Amino acid sequence: MSEKKTALWLRIYTFLAYLFIYIPILVLIIFSFNTQKLNIRWEGFTLSWYNVLFHDQQILLATRNTLMIAFVSTLVATVIGTMAALAMQRYHFPLYSTSETLMYIPIVIPEVVMGISLLVFFVLIKFTLGLVTITLSHIAFNIPFVALVVRARLHGYDNAIDEAAMDLGANELTTFWRVTLPTIMPGVLSGAMLALTLSLDDYIITYFTAGPGSTTLPLRVYSMVRFVVTPEINALSTLWVLLVFVILALGQIAQSRRA
Amino acid sequence: MTNAPAHTSKGKKFSLVRALRENRVAQGLFLIFPANFYLFLLIVLPLLLVTGLSFLSRGEYGQILFKFNLANYARLFNALYGKIMLFSLAVGIGTTVLCLLIGYPMAYYLAHASERTRSLLLFLILLPFWTNFIIRIYAWMMILRSGGFLDSILLWAHLTKASLNLLYSSTAVMIGMVYEFLPFTVLPLYTSLEKIDNSLLEAAADLGAPPWKAFLRITLPLSFPGMIAGTILTFIPAMGMFVVSDLLGGAKTILIGNVIRNQFLTARDWPFGAAASMILMLLTMIFTLYYTRKAGFGEELLV
Amino acid sequence: MNSDIAVEFHDIVKIFPTPEGGTVTAVDHVSLEIKHGEFFSFLGPSGCGKTTSLRMMAGFEWPTYGEVIINGRSMGHTPPYMRPVNTVFQNYALFQHMTVSQNVAFGLEMEKVPRTEIDQRVGEALEMVKLGGMGRRKPKQLSGGQQQRVALARALVKRPEVLLLDEPLGALDLKLRKEMQLELKALQEHVGITFIYVTHDQEEALTMSNRIAVMNKGKALQIGGAVEIYERPNCRFVADFIGETNFLTGTIKTLTNDRVIVLLNSLNQEITGIWQGDLSLRQAVVVSIRPEKVRLVDDDKKEIRDLPRNENLLRGKVVTTAYIGSDTRVVLDIGAGLRMRAWEQNAISTLDPDAYYSSGDAVRMYIPIENTLVLPEDAS
Repeated sequence: MSEKKTALWLRIYTFLAYLFIYIPILVLIIFSFNTQKLNIRWEGFTLSWYNVLFHDQQILLATRNTLMIAFVSTLVATVIGTMAALAMQRYHFPLYSTSETLMYIPIVIPEVVMGISLLVFFVLIKFTLGLVTITLSHIAFNIPFVALVVRARLHGYDNAIDEAAMDLGANELTTFWRVTLPTIMPGVLSGAMLALTLSLDDYIITYFTAGPGSTTLPLRVYSMVRFVVTPEINALSTLWVLLVFVILALGQIAQSRRA
Repeated sequence: MTNAPAHTSKGKKFSLVRALRENRVAQGLFLIFPANFYLFLLIVLPLLLVTGLSFLSRGEYGQILFKFNLANYARLFNALYGKIMLFSLAVGIGTTVLCLLIGYPMAYYLAHASERTRSLLLFLILLPFWTNFIIRIYAWMMILRSGGFLDSILLWAHLTKASLNLLYSSTAVMIGMVYEFLPFTVLPLYTSLEKIDNSLLEAAADLGAPPWKAFLRITLPLSFPGMIAGTILTFIPAMGMFVVSDLLGGAKTILIGNVIRNQFLTARDWPFGAAASMILMLLTMIFTLYYTRKAGFGEELLV
Repeated sequence: MNSDIAVEFHDIVKIFPTPEGGTVTAVDHVSLEIKHGEFFSFLGPSGCGKTTSLRMMAGFEWPTYGEVIINGRSMGHTPPYMRPVNTVFQNYALFQHMTVSQNVAFGLEMEKVPRTEIDQRVGEALEMVKLGGMGRRKPKQLSGGQQQRVALARALVKRPEVLLLDEPLGALDLKLRKEMQLELKALQEHVGITFIYVTHDQEEALTMSNRIAVMNKGKALQIGGAVEIYERPNCRFVADFIGETNFLTGTIKTLTNDRVIVLLNSLNQEITGIWQGDLSLRQAVVVSIRPEKVRLVDDDKKEIRDLPRNENLLRGKVVTTAYIGSDTRVVLDIGAGLRMRAWEQNAISTLDPDAYYSSGDAVRMYIPIENTLVLPEDAS
């Protein structure tokens, strides 16, 4: 099959597949502007649901919590994960394979299992469930993902530049700060981005480790969706999609500009 | 100037910093320590607790009875729960297979598309991928409800007479699962397919292979790493997923994930929930070990 | 303590563990002294220990046994950033995220040199390597040769006492390499510091160095100037590695102060040569005869009855010839399945085919005794 002429059926198929992916999203967005509450028929255009959204205290609180948790957990996980990636990629030490296995465990266990085990753990040590426990849990599942991404990017790192830096008078710390870190920064940022997304989006683990008073956006959305059908959620969804769209678009532009 | 050998850099008797600096093994251990410590504390330890818990039982007033027994496991294999487990396995495998079938042609097209089309299509797949999944499931709730979007359209087009009542059925759950996990399959597949050198296919054609044969004998095998990565990324979460069946399914579509969730949050039979978790873990671990032993982990595709 | 010496190796041994659990001795009891202002080269095949030796000077490796002494101070476990040496790396190791100027300035920043002085010295360094004006560029915008010069400038700007160069010209094409060899040599003479150079290219070493250490399998086999190494190799490996040579095996029949007579194996003939080092009667030896140091004569010409007392004679038949232009390279069959190479300079310009050897010609090969080196069979 030549490059230029991809079979027609394949094109149609892919188009339909993308349609399948996007119709729900489009329906969401369209009905966020619907005056009618039940999302069945189109009645009229309105922005009132957005208004409700912006005044919904619970949602605002949840958003704030989600952002805080995501920020903190991403920061900590990125530092720890990058250190781990450096260790695994460039050093030999005893218990290397054990460390590697340990790193992969959170990726291969189902989230439910991780969620309940954390719940059991926190209850056992009598640590009150709340925003802190959520954050601690997020760090736990973020570390391996950051480590994985950074490690992949570390392949082919030219150790000679670290040696060159030391040769020119920089000690280990200065070498890391002025040479190693800037060089691996794209990988570190990739890892951080992944961690941020995983944290923002996380439902299952957060569900089990959240206390009665603490709520995050995914949790709030879930409870709203389960019991109340209100176009407010459509409005929220639309905004979310828009936000992701903007961020991705910026990412694309930044990437093409760098190349 | 003395002739003494300069063995110590600072003249101190012992310095942690110097020990770190000189010993590469120490440096490595220093770097891996936070991760190891943290993960041990928050992953390994809790899992061990759960394992232990699964062998205990719940007393009348909700307390834990510290008596080793296998009652929980026995219960898991009875008629009710055995069925649930099989159903979960079926859903997990079904989702994975469907995602592979549906996603493979998409990934193929993506891998062979022009640069511009490819960027656009990747962007379009990432968009829902990064959007919160609960929202996306909610969208399906809206669509599949009796009297919802789908029903309205079909009625309006005179294709059906009455509501399809799709919501709260296993069909709905499958649709939701496939919808949720499709990007997880397509992306690794795409990465793998994209890496395949076109000259291999040209060589195959040159040697007389028709396109479909070239696909079967060359493209398909070479895309195995992607298939494996995609399968792992789909099957494992799918097995533990309770959100989709919670929102889109009904009483008849309970999965292991739901069982576990219920035990921990409503029924409060933690030991039983722990046992169910162990079974789930076992299933996924067997699967993963079998798969990765066959053909690697495919982690390089993550980048 | 000799203040003439820049770098010293005192019986250095470096042993590495292998992944399979064993060990490999990369540097095997090497001792040497490198003088200030010298252009000193380590020469040898890959894996001979030359790069490891250099790295132990720089501080990237520490010797398992022995001492590295720089400027009279034993280095011990001193880290690289505290040594008065700087390195030019094989693949340049430029900092990709910095500009050329920033790369060159880096070492000065580490020394906490004031900013104005940094800018000035960076400018001078770039001029010295003929990259003036390229300061703003990023390394990936430069060609290989230019990147190499940046690496050079980056090291030289710190005015080290010793500059270590690890096969810096390896990645360049032939023409550029030859140009850079001359430039480096000129630079060294201009700046006056000690250059310690690692290469596997013997021509490069011979061209640039004051002295060469020929290494193989961790041992420094011979250390000396180009002439000494070429004309008086002390073992088979050195004779083989440097230039081209013919080897004939035999045993020692007679041994005097300045002469040795060797009974050649297979040929049942005696040959007289010169020797050095430790040899003893009946020792198995190898005779090294360089192809350009023999004299060929047509065997149908009248033989000189008396061999001048300072020549050996071997008879043979021409197998192949190669006309290189400046010389003709002849391969001879001297009997018992042995082949030898001989190079004759085409001193007289002629088109007469008879003046050139052809296959099948019978020739006599005269080898002056001074050109017949008798070496021990195995140096290690």
